[in-house]
Amino acid sequence: MTDVKDWIDSVVKENDVVLFMKGTHEQPMCGFSGRVVQILDYLGVPFTDVNVLVSDELRQGIKEYTNWPTIPQLYVKGEFVGGCDIVTEMFQNGELVKLLAEKGIPHRVPQQ
Amino acid sequence: MPMPAEEIERLLREAFPDAKIEIRDLAGDGDHYAATVISEAFRGKSRVRQHQMVYAALQGRMGGELHALALTTGVPEEG
Repeated sequence: MTDVKDWIDSVVKENDVVLFMKGTHEQPMCGFSGRVVQILDYLGVPFTDVNVLVSDELRQGIKEYTNWPTIPQLYVKGEFVGGCDIVTEMFQNGELVKLLAEKGIPHRVPQQ
Repeated sequence: MPMPAEEIERLLREAFPDAKIEIRDLAGDGDHYAATVISEAFRGKSRVRQHQMVYAALQGRMGGELHALALTTGVPEEG
């Protein structure tokens, strides 16, 4: 199991924005994953998508990696930001744009 | 095997005895709920931490039996 966690660790550390999701950027396979993809696309944030459906070991490993039981999971600069609920709430109250700016992630600032 | 709302409420009540708990069945299939938990236990904790506390209260059912739980957590208003 540890090699999955090492792999996850390297992916989140080597990529600015990583979304562990069901499906892919082009073809989300779950409504919650799809919503986070829409938010990131709306903000023009490039991200690395990781389809957890490709391996049960990955699907289980990611949940243990952050002690978070559901998918999708968003990481910015190696830090776990949250699942669909939290990312949606942060998007709605402007916290997500603030976090992206703080972390120096290129993004579009929506007109309020 | 979906989960009844009362079961969710019981587990949350056990973990957060002081909390105001509200559970809405989103899809009527016992699998998609929205829950609001307002408790003093969340004071000073990040939103991710708060949600992790709720998932812990559900003793591993989250993501297995319970497919979707739209969570809103917070602390009681002062005064």
